[in-house]
Amino acid sequence: MNEFLTTLTAIAASAFSPSTAALAIAAIGLNIHFGYTGLLNMGQAGFMLVGAYAFAISIVAGIPLFPAVLIALVAAAVFALVLGVPTLKLRGDYLAIVTISAAEIVRMIGRSSLLTDITGGSNGLTGQSYRGPFTDLSFLGDGQTTLGPFTYDNTGSNGWWVRLVAWSIVGILCLFVFLLMRSPWGRVLRGIREDEDAIRSLGKNVYAYKMQALILGGTIGALGGIIYVLPASVQADSMGRSMTFFVWTALLLGGAATVFGPVLGSIIFFALRLFVQGIAGQFVPDSIMNGQQAEQFSWILIGVVLMLVVIFRPQGVLGNKKELSFNVN
Amino acid sequence: MSTDLGVTPAPTKAAAAATASVAAVSPLPGVPKPDPILVVDNIVRQFGGMTAVNVPHLEVQRGIITALIGPNGAGKTTFFNLITGFDKPSSAPRLIGGPKSDHAARSMFNGRSVNNMGAAKVAQRGMVRTFQLTKALSRLTVLENMLLGAKDQPGENLFAAVIKPLWAAREREITLQAEDLLQRFKLLEKKNDMAGSLSGGQKKLLEMARALMSEPTMIMLDEPMAGVNPALTQSLLGHIKSLRDEGMTVLFVEHDMHMVRHISDWVVVMAEGKVVAEGPSATVMDDQAVIDAYLGAHHDTDLGDDSLLTDEVAEELAKEVELENRTEGDA
Ligand SMILES: Nc1ncnc2c1ncn2[C@@H]1O[C@H](COP(=O)(O)OP(=O)(O)OP(=O)(O)O)[C@@H](O)[C@H]1O
Ligand SMILES: [Mg+2]
Repeated sequence: MNEFLTTLTAIAASAFSPSTAALAIAAIGLNIHFGYTGLLNMGQAGFMLVGAYAFAISIVAGIPLFPAVLIALVAAAVFALVLGVPTLKLRGDYLAIVTISAAEIVRMIGRSSLLTDITGGSNGLTGQSYRGPFTDLSFLGDGQTTLGPFTYDNTGSNGWWVRLVAWSIVGILCLFVFLLMRSPWGRVLRGIREDEDAIRSLGKNVYAYKMQALILGGTIGALGGIIYVLPASVQADSMGRSMTFFVWTALLLGGAATVFGPVLGSIIFFALRLFVQGIAGQFVPDSIMNGQQAEQFSWILIGVVLMLVVIFRPQGVLGNKKELSFNVN
Repeated sequence: MSTDLGVTPAPTKAAAAATASVAAVSPLPGVPKPDPILVVDNIVRQFGGMTAVNVPHLEVQRGIITALIGPNGAGKTTFFNLITGFDKPSSAPRLIGGPKSDHAARSMFNGRSVNNMGAAKVAQRGMVRTFQLTKALSRLTVLENMLLGAKDQPGENLFAAVIKPLWAAREREITLQAEDLLQRFKLLEKKNDMAGSLSGGQKKLLEMARALMSEPTMIMLDEPMAGVNPALTQSLLGHIKSLRDEGMTVLFVEHDMHMVRHISDWVVVMAEGKVVAEGPSATVMDDQAVIDAYLGAHHDTDLGDDSLLTDEVAEELAKEVELENRTEGDA
């Protein structure tokens, strides 16, 4: 029983961990791409990585915190522009292919030994090298605080401060997306998702709207990347294809084209994994499935759940069946 | 309820003026018109080796209803696509190796060139079209579909979008306009339904209403009445006429000869990509070229046979509509 409680606590802890928030932020960005505009961005991790690198490198170079964040967002916007210019006039699949490859290219460049002086090569950049300005901003002070079963440093490298900031950003972005999508601008995006030509026939510059959506979602993805590396380190391989897959899973689980879907999806995503691992660790003897196998099993299960969601509840957990299923009919 | 009954009234002053404006035009393919709103030259479109459209010159008179007719595969839809910027003529001027400048595709709308212009820009200029295969935005509500048609929305700018007060007033204005149109098109009860849930005919109506939201100078309808019930067709024909009377130019593709006869002031006939005849609706059907192009073997059928849709029948249908409206209104 005690062990079960430990599992539950671990799940709750992961539910509001900075990585969950980072995943949620990236999924909010992807939601603008896919959920609202219908853009198939298969390289959201690439945007995260661009943001994380630009941020960390800027700080290491001595640029203050907020300008560094701004540089990261601009870098992601330029990245989006470069990907969008040749593809957004073409059919949707082209963007998918280009974003997959571009994300891989960013990762390869990041870990290549040629740029070790700047990016740290495959070792990446350690957290201490860029975290300073962020933690200096904390008004929570030193020491630890316990809330219920959770004890963390007030500031520290992975404490209450980064959690507070990360989830505040999630909240602000949810509000932002809500405000945007109830506006005529959001209506044009959703129209584009349904039928570009119809929107064109009504005199709207579809290309410009798609570009705006790609840039906006991409910069939000970069913000997710920054949050992701704040309590950890910048590692090119931690934001590769599997990260893109996580973001998609979170979005589809929670419900594309809903305001809170990406957030709920991210929480479910992490909780489900820990839940499976916890249950397996407790009730399945090691001889049948050891810890490592349990983790692999949890991935398999996530894949199965994703398939079930796509087949039986295509609109995700929060979606409205009538309106927001992503299977286009 | 709308009082628009669609009864064919005695020709209004505007209608008489429209007919009169092209009365002196001789019925020849590509003939110049006194006050053309659209002038196209050398519009050629080839698909592989096949020439789908080849129109050396065509003018569309301002302020009248022009019908574009022709058998299946004549190239009407392709022609629509070409002049509205959804497709590019094979004869479009190119940087290298294009056609000679006097053979290059040219189009003028409302006195300004719309050569090589994107579809959105053409629409902004005031030439708005609908599609033969309807493009309802399925997962948006009927009202949202309508609102998308409106022009000059400050809220469609990303930077103004988050601040509702900047666009709320315009939104209210166009919502009223949309509801008014939906009322006319008998779709008001459906305004909060998803457009995807409408029937085929209702989607056609929605698309036409949506195009009207932008208050276009010229509206181009590709088979607007295909699948719409006859009673409502009557009422909408009345509506199209009243648009014309208010000064809008209408160009529409239609297979239903009765409808063509009923409302169009001028008829352009296409066959195998070419304009084979033009003329007033009353006489163009008698043109030998039209009969040949259209009917081939069935020479004995009268193309302009109006006996099925005399004004009595129209009136009867309109009365039925009125009755229906009354009972709806009571319920
Ligand atoms: N994208 C395309 N690729 C190849 N051929 C095409 C294409 N679009 C049209 N065509 C051909 O061009 C010709 C004209 O087609 P179009 O759709 O313009 O005819 P239409 O007059 O609108 O006919 P309908 O009355 O049946 O709608 C047809 O023979 C068609 O097969
Ligand atoms: Mg057609």
